[in-house]
Order: sequence, then C-alpha cells, then structure tokens
Amino acid sequence: MDFTFTLEQKLLKENVERFIANEYTFDKRRAWAHSELGFSREHWTRFAELGWLGIDVTEEHGGLGGSAVEQAILMEAFGRGLVVEPYLTTAVLGTALLHHGGSIQQKQTLLPAIAAGESLIAFGFAESQSRYHLADVTTIARKDGDGFVLNGTKSVVFNAAGADTIVVSTRTGGASRDDHGISLFLIERQTPGLALREYATVDGGRAAELLLNDARVGADAVLGNIDNALPVIERVIDAGIVAVCAEAVGIMAALCQATLDYLKTRQQFGRPIGEFQVLQHRMVDMYVACELSRSMAYMAAVKLDDAEATERRRAVSAAKVQIGRAGRFIGQQAVQLHGAMGMTDELAVGHYFKRLTMIESTFGDADYHLQRFANSE
Amino acid sequence: MVTATAFNSTLNQLAGASLTMDLTLSDKERAFQAQVRAFIAERLPAHIKRKVEDSLQLVKEDYVSWQKILYERGWMAPNWPKQYGGTGWTPIERYLFEEELALGSTPRIIPFGVAMVGPVIIEFGSEAQKQRFLPRILSSEDLWCQGYSEPGAGSDLASLTTRARRDGEHYIVNGAKTWTTMAHYADWIFCLVRTDSAAKKQEGISFLLIDMHSPGVSVRPIRTFDGAEEINEVYFDDVSVPAENLVGEENKGWTYAKFLLGHERTGIAGVARSKKQLARVKELAARELCDGKPLLEEQRFREKIAAVEIELMALEYTNLRIVCAEQAGETMAAESSILKFRGTELQQAITELLLEVIGYYAHPNVPQAIAQGWNEEPIGPAYAASIAPLYFNWRKTSIYGGTNEIQKNIIAKMVLGL
Ligand SMILES: Cc1cc2nc3c(=O)[nH]c(=O)nc-3n(C[C@H](O)[C@H](O)[C@H](O)COP(=O)(O)OP(=O)(O)OC[C@H]3O[C@@H](n4cnc5c(N)ncnc54)[C@H](O)[C@@H]3O)c2cc1C
Repeated sequence: MDFTFTLEQKLLKENVERFIANEYTFDKRRAWAHSELGFSREHWTRFAELGWLGIDVTEEHGGLGGSAVEQAILMEAFGRGLVVEPYLTTAVLGTALLHHGGSIQQKQTLLPAIAAGESLIAFGFAESQSRYHLADVTTIARKDGDGFVLNGTKSVVFNAAGADTIVVSTRTGGASRDDHGISLFLIERQTPGLALREYATVDGGRAAELLLNDARVGADAVLGNIDNALPVIERVIDAGIVAVCAEAVGIMAALCQATLDYLKTRQQFGRPIGEFQVLQHRMVDMYVACELSRSMAYMAAVKLDDAEATERRRAVSAAKVQIGRAGRFIGQQAVQLHGAMGMTDELAVGHYFKRLTMIESTFGDADYHLQRFANSE
Repeated sequence: MVTATAFNSTLNQLAGASLTMDLTLSDKERAFQAQVRAFIAERLPAHIKRKVEDSLQLVKEDYVSWQKILYERGWMAPNWPKQYGGTGWTPIERYLFEEELALGSTPRIIPFGVAMVGPVIIEFGSEAQKQRFLPRILSSEDLWCQGYSEPGAGSDLASLTTRARRDGEHYIVNGAKTWTTMAHYADWIFCLVRTDSAAKKQEGISFLLIDMHSPGVSVRPIRTFDGAEEINEVYFDDVSVPAENLVGEENKGWTYAKFLLGHERTGIAGVARSKKQLARVKELAARELCDGKPLLEEQRFREKIAAVEIELMALEYTNLRIVCAEQAGETMAAESSILKFRGTELQQAITELLLEVIGYYAHPNVPQAIAQGWNEEPIGPAYAASIAPLYFNWRKTSIYGGTNEIQKNIIAKMVLGL
C-alpha cells in the first residue's frame, strides 16, 4: 500500500497550488464569477497549455492519459481557489462520457478539442422530479427517420449556456424509472428546439434549465448504446463525485486554515480566542473531519479507476457521505468561530461554505449515498 | 398546554418536588387564544402574510404596518407594565400571544424598541425620557437599533471603546459600532459608550440614546454572504448628544445592559415559529418527489423530521415550565440562555431540512425572486428560491445576541457553578 504521490503528481500539485496562490485571488475570482461569461477564457487557455484539460484524455487524442488521482490533485487546489472555470463539467464529466460511451469517431472529434480548450461540454442528467436518481428520466427521444426527436426538460445543468455540446440523458424505452431504456445524446448548442434559461448559482457558478422542444439530432448524436446508457451515466457521475470530493477537501482545508488563523489572532477577553478550550476542541473536530475526508477522497479516486463496479460504487458513495457531512460541519463551524465576521460577504469563509453546501447536494446528498452504499453489497 | 400552577418549580429545583401537572389550558386561556387568533386572521394584510410564509424579504413598511395594527389594538408591548401601555397579561398569556403571532405568519416584532430599549427606559429612565420615548416606540413612529458591538468588542462587550466626553450640557461621542441590525431604518440608537477610561472595564460604561439624524452619524451597510443587507457599521464623528439622553446614572450602563440580557423568556426560543417551519418542511416534502413517491413518504426522511420534532417538543415543554415558574413568581437564573442556544440550534436544524428537501433547486441564485415585486416564471418550484438564502442567513442566530458558546458559558457559571 502506498499513499504517496509520484514525482509527476508532486509536480502537478506544486504547479496548480502555485497558480492558485499567486493568481487566483479571492477578489479576482469574484470579478470573473460576475463577468458575462462567468469565468476567465484566458485561464481556460492556460489550463489547456498546462495539460490540465487533458488529464483524462489519452495521449493519442492529445491528452496526458492521467488518472482520477491527478484530477483529484487539481480539484483539491481548485477547491482552495474556489475556481469558477467549468473544469468539472468539461474535463471530468465530458471526458468520462466520451471514454465510457463515445464511439471512435466521437472520441476523435471531441477529445482533442477538449484537451486543447476549444470545446466545452455540459451534462444534463437531472430532472425536476428525479432528485438524485439517475434512472428517473422522462425526457423522451423518439426515433424519427434516421435521427431522433427530443422533448423534455433537464434541471440545473451546470455550465450549460457556455457549452458547445450538451449531453442529455433521455428515455428511448421502458417506463419512467426503469434502468433499461435510457440513452444519451450529444446535442450541439445551436440545435433548433434547444432552449436554455441560464442563471447564476449560489456558489458563484452558472447553470441552466434546459428545454427540449422537438429538438432533432442525427443518428451520430447517440452516445453509447441505445437503451443501455445507465451504467455509463453511473460511471460518469461517479467520476464527478470523486472530483467534487477532492474539491471539497480543498475547501475544507482552506476553511480549517482560515479558522485556525482566526483563533490565533482574534482577541477577546484579553487573549486569543483559541485559548478557550471549547474552541480548541471544535477546531480539532474540524481538522479531523477534514483529514478523514481527505483519506476518503484519495481512496475513492484510486478505486474509481481500479475497482470493479460494486466496490467502486461503495467507495464513491462512502466518500460522498463522509464529505457531505464533514463539509456541512466544517462550513457551519468556520462561520460560527469567526463570529459576525464569518457572516460577511467580504470574507471568503461564507463563499467556501456556500460551495461546500452546493457540493453536498451535487450528484446526490448524504442520505442518497448512504442508501446506495447500504444497498450495493 | 400548562396552567399557571402546573410546574411550580424552576428547572434546577425540579427534582423531588411533588407536582400536580395539568397540560391543558384553562377556559380563560383558551378564550384568550381564540381571540388573538381571530384578530390576526382578520387584520394581518395578505401580502405580508404571504411574504412571511414563503420567507421572502420584508421591507420596513411591512414591519411597521403590522406593528401599527397591533398598536391600535393595544397589543404592541405585552412585556411592558400596564401603565406604560402594556397589556397586563400573565406570562402564559404572553406566551400564547407570541405563539399565535408565529402560527399566524406575522412578521417578527422589531425587538430593539419594544423588547430592548423600552424595558430599560421603564426601569432606569427619567420621567421625561419615559414620556418622550415610550409612546413613540409603541406607535412605531421611532424605530430603534442597538449599538453595542464594536469591531474589537463582540463577546467581550465590556472592552468597548466608543467614547462619550461630557462637554457642558452635552456628550461628544466618537467611535464606531458594528453589525448594527436595521441601523439603516432606525431613527434612534441606544449605545453603550465609555465615559470613564480610568475605571475598571465594566464600570466606565454608560447607556446613551442617540438620534440617528444627528450631524456626525453615518451608516455604512454590510452585506452578508447570503446576500442580505440588514446589518451596518455606524460611525460617530464628534456627535453632540444632549446630556438628558443619558439613561440612569453615568458609568452604570453595564448594569442596565445586563438587566436586558436574560429578560426575555417567552419568545426567545422561537418554538412556535419553528413548529410553523417544520410544518412547511412536511408540506414541501409532500410536494417533492423521490423515486416516484413524495419525499415525505421516504421512511428515512420522515424519521429525520420526527427527530427534530421531538427535540422541539422537549424545548417547548421546557419553555412552558419556565414560563409557568415565572408566573408563579420564581426568580430566574440562566433560563433565557438555555432557550436561546437550544432554540437557535433547532431553527438551524429546520433550515437544513428545508435545504435537503429542495435538492438541486438549492443551486439557482435568484435574489430577485425573494425581493418585492418579482413575478417572473420561477426557476424550479416557486418555493425553492428563498431556502438556500434562509439556510445561510440563519447561521447568524447562533452568533448574534451573545453567541451560543457564550450562552453555554453563562449556564456553566450561573446554573452549574463551574
Ligand atoms: C446578523 C447579525 C446581527 C447583529 N446585530 C447586532 C446589533 O443589532 N447590535 C449589536 O450591538 N450587535 C449585533 N450583532 C453582533 C453580535 O452581538 C456579535 O457578533 C456577537 O456578540 C459575537 O461577537 P463577535 O462577532 O465579535 O465574535 P467574537 O466575540 O470574536 O467570537 C468569535 C468566536 O469565539 C467564540 N468565543 C468568544 N469568546 C469566547 C469564550 N469566552 N468562550 C468560548 N468561546 C468564545 C464565539 O462564540 C465565536 O464563536 C449582530 C451580529 C450578527 C451576525
């Protein structure tokens, strides 16, 4: 057993941490989040040049051919920086969709474009009635001549408006919550019949409600097997979970650090508040919750690629439960221990807390994954 | 419900006492309750009720117009002695009144006038101050804010440094207050100021009433991370305050401030408002689907709601015991600290449930949707927009009014003698 990083991984970690520390200041991040696009194009180009967008792209397609561990290293640093660039949706979910569902042709067109920073992907997998159940799909794809006609709505599709291609889960057969009968389609952003209602999200990101109204796509838009896409979707969402778990660990570590610094510097009753034992113990609980989460995030990252499906599922859900709970505790306590300062919009603390809270529900909350874990023996 | 004689014991004397318990309301109490309920149903404006039910943003006019309705009925200050405009109700009647206010979805009464500075003026103020300020508090002609906290003086309030120097018939005030709720609405601020820097920390503090419209007072809003603008910084730059606005004696302000703490026992836990919110959790969970069924039918989620409901019940009956003990004329120790920390913990737990209910629809950030006059198509279910802001905003409740850590310190010291 070995929990150490390889030399390349250490280098990657240093690079991304340096980038976040030197260039991704909280004030700049706020400006990018509020800009029209919602993130910085320049960064995106840099990410491509540094190879970060191609971690999950094989070398033959112009990527680095890395693993979930490298992605986790990046995401952890991105958490610390509260990065608003659409890395998760394009370079984690997008690449995973292509790897696990894409045809040779689809991979050849899209993966090099993703790695080069030229193509942004979004994934619509949730609907208003579905909650976290990936098989609860009512958007319909009806066969029509050579192609398909899509109708329905997808909820809270992260980074959809900026995407060039949107992947959606649809029903091509079966009843509304059947595992069988689910298919994935690649839809070009400009497809007639595809309408988006974009909005900002609580954590500084962007999302959209996606409306499909007789949107017509060709046969080449099918991603993976018709009717049998659920295992692909599950595998892709698991990759997303591993990524957001790592991101959450970065955020938790940043909150622990900020809170610890505050306990040492904030004076009340003639001493640093860190001298009050109740706060010391609270701080210890936060620190330990963060470290337990880190262990789970690494574990899940390794098992994502290496383990068979049941073990992978259990590992990923276990990590999501741990991180959901720890994230809530650490977020709330970081605010509490900062007193009224913690409530301000000016401090990063509240913004970290908001992102952690959104991660809690992204791809399923602790209750959902507790059940998935319990039921996947 | 409990009658006046039911629990004739304070919390810490309870063990071993023989009690005749009666959990029902007397006929008189029930009639009172019905009267209050009917009044609220009849007089609360529908648009205000809707805002409260849906946790939308209230504006100054919403608070003031409801307070004026209560004022006209003579119900604005149940906590005041009758001669100053109080109602002469028993503690239990006051509890029932607050419960009805909550269950009827009325806006919270702004506490700074009627619950805070009013009782201090009544207890320690001059006759002239009583005549000048109390009627205008009752009628909501004057809105007040609380100028205690400073950047360097939060939990350790006694280390405050805003200075008031006596200059003939005036005090000249310099310094800054912070986190001041509703300072942007207020006509007056009651401040703790330092009048003697040589004395021990607590002994050089005075309680001063300052007109917010005085030259030299400026207010700067502070945005909280949930997006709300309810707190402010208040600066005093050579503000001249007539000496007649000093409450009680110079350098005795700390005693008056402490009188205020621990004064509130009927509404501080917010039990009834929490019950109302818990009902909302159930209502929304019945509308959200999970695996094709209402979320409310999920055993796991039902039990989570039940767990909070039971904790709330425990707090409710504790609150009732305290109110009954008060009614029986017993002296209190740190009861309000118990009610405050436990009450806010449960309020926060309920906002967590609300957040869980709406799933992915916690993500959209649509501040317009919770502000006045928005009537576009909602994103997701209409009830979702206010919930994440509420969850984040409600973290404040374990910080303001003395943090929950400080409340526990008080209980440890005053009740347990640690
Ligand atoms: C939304 C909001 C509205 C407010 N409105 C008003 C208002 O209208 N008027 C007003 O005067 N003030 C107001 N306040 C200020 C509030 O009273 C203070 O925030 C509070 O007293 C805590 O002070 P602080 O923020 O400086 O935190 P600090 O005192 O710096 O505390 C930081 C942390 O240390 C802990 N701590 C401090 N001392 C101890 C100790 N001895 N033992 C254990 N733990 C300790 C605290 O519990 C907290 O977790 C408001 C605050 C908020 C958030």
